Amino acid sequence: MQSIISVSGLTKTYASGLHALKSVDLDIRRGEIFALLGPNGAGKTTLINIICGIVNPTRGFVLADGHDIVRDYRAARSKIGLVPQELSTDMFESVWGTVSFSRGLFGRPPDPAHLEKVLRDLSLWDRRDAKIMTLSGGMKRRVLIAKALAHEPQILFLDEPTAGVDVELRRAMWDMVRSLRQSGVTIILTTHYIEEAEEMADRIGVISKGEIILVEEKTVLMDKLGRKKLTLHLRQPLASIPPELSGTELELSADGHELVYTFDAQGKRTGIAGLLRRLGEHGIDFKDLQTTETSLEEIFVSLVRSRS
Amino acid sequence: MSVAALQVNARAMRVNVHAIRAIYTFELARTWRTLLQSIASPVISTSLYFIVFGAAIGSRMTAIDGVSYGAFIVPGLIMLSILTESISNASFGIYMPRFAGTIYEVLSAPISVLEIVLGYVGAAATKSVILGTIILLTARLFVDFTILHPLWMIAFLILTSVAFSFFGFIVGVWADGWEKLQMVPMLIVTPLTFLGGSFYSINMLPPLWQKIALFNPVVYLISGFRWSFYGVADVNVVVSFGMTLLFLILCAAAVQWIFRTGYRLKA
Ligand SMILES: Nc1ncnc2c1ncn2[C@@H]1O[C@H](COP(=O)(O)OP(=O)(O)OP(=O)(O)O)[C@@H](O)[C@H]1O
Ligand SMILES: [Mg+2]
Repeated sequence: MQSIISVSGLTKTYASGLHALKSVDLDIRRGEIFALLGPNGAGKTTLINIICGIVNPTRGFVLADGHDIVRDYRAARSKIGLVPQELSTDMFESVWGTVSFSRGLFGRPPDPAHLEKVLRDLSLWDRRDAKIMTLSGGMKRRVLIAKALAHEPQILFLDEPTAGVDVELRRAMWDMVRSLRQSGVTIILTTHYIEEAEEMADRIGVISKGEIILVEEKTVLMDKLGRKKLTLHLRQPLASIPPELSGTELELSADGHELVYTFDAQGKRTGIAGLLRRLGEHGIDFKDLQTTETSLEEIFVSLVRSRS
Repeated sequence: MSVAALQVNARAMRVNVHAIRAIYTFELARTWRTLLQSIASPVISTSLYFIVFGAAIGSRMTAIDGVSYGAFIVPGLIMLSILTESISNASFGIYMPRFAGTIYEVLSAPISVLEIVLGYVGAAATKSVILGTIILLTARLFVDFTILHPLWMIAFLILTSVAFSFFGFIVGVWADGWEKLQMVPMLIVTPLTFLGGSFYSINMLPPLWQKIALFNPVVYLISGFRWSFYGVADVNVVVSFGMTLLFLILCAAAVQWIFRTGYRLKA
């Protein structure tokens, strides 16, 4: 499948000297929902802002639907809609006024029917004549989405769309994103929430310190994320793992006091029962046990470590 | 020329009319929302000038270049308002979205520098021309005057409005705080206008100051504008017109540079 966005060697050094992006390569497939995950300051917004024309790239280039975003910016940008991370809206303008403005700005002739549909889908139709400053934060977020959809973009960027949004609205947004995908729109969203990526995305990219460290089908990544750890605090320290038990996903801590067993929590057989039984057979006794999930944080750490 | 080249040309020439209209009407709508501020306050302050300088002091002044003092100050007063209003409208128009963060939308839109500028500067200049006309009509209530060269008058009015709206746009991009936004009109433009012969002829100054005054760009604007009313000028009208055009071109070039480099608009 031809990629709808193709990022090559994209580098950004801010005036402060900070390297926000380090030669990023990324391809977004047509029609997919792509989730970009990464900790604060990883470079998610920088990447999106360069593609949308808000930040100047230092090096590298981007094609949006085959159009270079710098040389052929008109064609590239008319395909793209952006919902920014910050809630920046005109205060005194009405909801209807601001979405009409957005449509015009992106070069489309007026189409009240389309704007009405967008506002209805986002439950904003009743508030169309309200001044934006009179809306709540969640509504303002939806106004920004409506503005981004006003010109019927083929590519939609959602920069942390669900930050500061309640559970109900979050579900509604996910539904909306899915129905947009149904109609053929490619969606790129950033988030800190792994559940969100899990719920929504077809593929997940992880960015850390300005580098894309992983791009994976969601299902594959979720397998890794679905792993849990069982830690057994032993009564007597072990010098080494008995040979009959090694080979499985078993590790011994340096001081020999803890055995750590990694297993797939979503798998049919976790292997815990078997492990405990065999430990009993070898007379390895433990005073306590606990299980922990592999967090996104740990995945970041292990990914970064495995690269360097 | 190849077909591909022709297509590229056609694409480059396609103008985003909808975008220009969207920005232009948005900016003009802002005027109507702040009608009192945009129109009423300059009209009131001009009326006050006429009452003080025209009626109270003017009655004791002799005619300058054969023009009664009340009539003499009309062009200068219009220029004073147009200059300050063009700058404050255009600078506010672009500073506000920068400040509120809504500029992201303009930067991400499929729209060229020319189109952005036509929208913002066009709207600010339109306001100034309307304002100039209103002040002209207000002045008519106080004093009697003639306009010898109406076409030149209109040309100067429009050219000055556009040039200083450009200048205001630059100020609005450059400013990184509200103080700076107000500083330029207050500290630079108002003094230059007062010293630029709004209320007197440059020829009334001592010779040394006459020379110094020629470095003040506003002198040329007011002189040329006054010439279009009464046919008398401090400096040759062709020079006035040339200087006004030069200022416009310099500002336009600066705006072009701002967008090419992204100065203070893009990180
Ligand atoms: N205009 C700027 N000037 C200088 N540095 C900047 C600028 N914008 C962002 N940065 C820096 O670039 C890095 C990446 O920032 P970016 O906003 O892209 O991160 P992010 O992944 O979107 O983070 P978050 O999850 O907090 O939104 C950060 O270290 C940030 O401080
Ligand atoms: Mg961000």
